[in-house]
Amino acid sequence: MLCERCGKNDATVHYTEIVQGQKTVYHLCESCAREKGEETYKAMAGAFAFNQLWSGLLNFDNSLPQVANSPEPACETCGMTFSQFTKIGRFGCPDCYETFAARLEPLLKRIQSSDHHTGKVPKRQGGSISVKRELGKLKQEMQLSIMEERFEEAARLRDRIRYLEQQLGSQE
Amino acid sequence: MNNYLSQASSKWLREDGPESDIVISSRIRLARNISDRPFTTLATDINQAQVLNAMQGAIQTPELAKMGPFDMLFMRELNDVGKQVLVEKHLISPALKESHNAAVVIRPDEEISIMVNEEDHLRIQCMLPGNQLDKAYELADQIDDALESNMDYAFDEEKGYLTACPTNVGTGLRASLMMHLPALVLTGQINRILTAVTQVGLAVRGIYGEGSDALGNLFQISNQVTLGHSEQDIIGNLEGVALQIIEHERAARQYLMRESKETIEDRICRSFGILAYARQMDSKEAMQRLSDVRLGIDLGIIKGVSAGILKELMVATQPGFLQQQYGSEMNPGLRDVKRAALIRERLRMDEANN
Ligand SMILES: [Zn+2]
Ligand SMILES: [Zn+2]
Repeated sequence: MLCERCGKNDATVHYTEIVQGQKTVYHLCESCAREKGEETYKAMAGAFAFNQLWSGLLNFDNSLPQVANSPEPACETCGMTFSQFTKIGRFGCPDCYETFAARLEPLLKRIQSSDHHTGKVPKRQGGSISVKRELGKLKQEMQLSIMEERFEEAARLRDRIRYLEQQLGSQE
Repeated sequence: MNNYLSQASSKWLREDGPESDIVISSRIRLARNISDRPFTTLATDINQAQVLNAMQGAIQTPELAKMGPFDMLFMRELNDVGKQVLVEKHLISPALKESHNAAVVIRPDEEISIMVNEEDHLRIQCMLPGNQLDKAYELADQIDDALESNMDYAFDEEKGYLTACPTNVGTGLRASLMMHLPALVLTGQINRILTAVTQVGLAVRGIYGEGSDALGNLFQISNQVTLGHSEQDIIGNLEGVALQIIEHERAARQYLMRESKETIEDRICRSFGILAYARQMDSKEAMQRLSDVRLGIDLGIIKGVSAGILKELMVATQPGFLQQQYGSEMNPGLRDVKRAALIRERLRMDEANN
C-alpha cells in the first residue's frame, strides 16, 4: 500500500483517530508519519479533526433557504460572511456570534450540549452576571420552599433576594 | 532560553503524580480572546502586535507577576530546531510555530504556558504529571483571573467566552489525559472501551499507530463539549471515565500476570534487551519497546529503571530533540542511530545510579 499523503513511499505506519465513534485510519510512510507526529500535539491540545467534523455539519446545513440574488449578509464589524465561515471554520470577530446567531443555534445544539453557557464568568467584567445567576437560583429555591410549606426558609431566601436585587440596582 | 530547550526543565516529564502508573499527564487548556478586536483569523500585523503588547504588559502586573516569573519567547526570534523542541515538549502547537507574530509565555517549571496569537488571542495551558486535572484547572483558573483583572475578554452572558471556532465557545476548556494502556491493548479489550468512551461525549485518539495498537500504547482522552456544562462538570465527567479505564487497565494487568506470566515476562525482557543493545532504532519500534519496559517496571518485572523513562524518551527521541542534542541536520537513517545511542545511554544512567 502506498502512503496516502505523498503517494510515493510504502505506507508502514497506520494511524487511527476516533472522534465521536467515527473511526478514521491513515496509512502513511515513515517520513509523512513523522510530520503527522507534529500534529500529535494538536490531538493533545485537542485542536483537531473537529474542524473537519464541524465543516461536515456546516455543509449539511447549506440547505438553509437562501433568498435568491440578495447579497449575503456580512458581519458589520469584521465583514465576514457565513459562507466564508463555513469554509474556514472560524469566525472573524466576537460580534460574528451575534450576527450569525440564528444560523449558529442549530449547529451549536448539535455539536455542543446546549446553547447556553453555565460555566465560569470573568470575575471583574462579569460581576453582575454572577449576581443575576444567583438570583435566578434563589428564586427557584424560594418557589420550592413555598410549595413545600417551609415558610421560614422562604422568608430567609426572600430577604437574600431583596438584598441582591438592591445591590444589582445600585450597580446599574 | 536554553533551559526551555533542554529536556530536564519540564515538571511533567521529571516528576510523577497520582496514578502515574497509567496516567502520564493531565492538561488543561483555556481559550480566551481580548474584546473588541478581530480574532487571529482576520487580525492585521498591527492587531497582532497589540495583542503581543497587551500580553507583555500583563506579565508585569502584580496579579500575574506573583504567579511567575514568566519569560516571553517570540517565534520570530527562535530558529526552527528551537521551535520544534517547544512543540515536542507540548509547550506550543505546530500552528504557533508557523506564525510570525506569535509568542509564548512560559514559567520555568513549564507547568504553565500561554500561547499568544494562536487561533485564539490567548491559550492558557497547564500540564501536570499523573492524574491531576483538578489541580491543573485550579492553576489555569488562577492565571485566567490574573489576566482578566487587567484585560477585557470577549465574553457573552449567554454564549460564554467567545472563541474563533465555535467548537471551543462557552468555557473555552479542553481537558485531556494522556494514558498508557498496554494491558488493555494486549488483552484485546481496548476497542470496546474506546468505543464506549466516545459515546459519552469524549474524544479518544491513539497518539500514533493503529487504533487497537496505538504506538507506545498511549491514548489521549479529552472532552468535546465546551458549552452548556460547567468547568467542574466537564472535568468531573472526564475524571469519572478515566477512573473506570484505570480500573480496567489494572484488572487486565493482573489478568496477564496470572494467566500468561511467562509470555509477558519474555516480551518485556526481550524489549529491554533490545533497547539496551540495539544500534539502530526507528521511532515506531522505540515507542513499542519503551511501552513494554514501562509495563515491566509497573509489574515489578524490571527493577532499577526509573518509571519516567517512557515519557522522557518519548519526547527526547523526537526529531527536534535529537537535532538539538547532536547539532547537525540529520537524515532518518542517522536519526535511528542517534536514537538507539540515546536510549542505551539513558538505560546505563539508571544502572549506574543503582
Ligand atoms: Zn509519505
Ligand atoms: Zn465579525
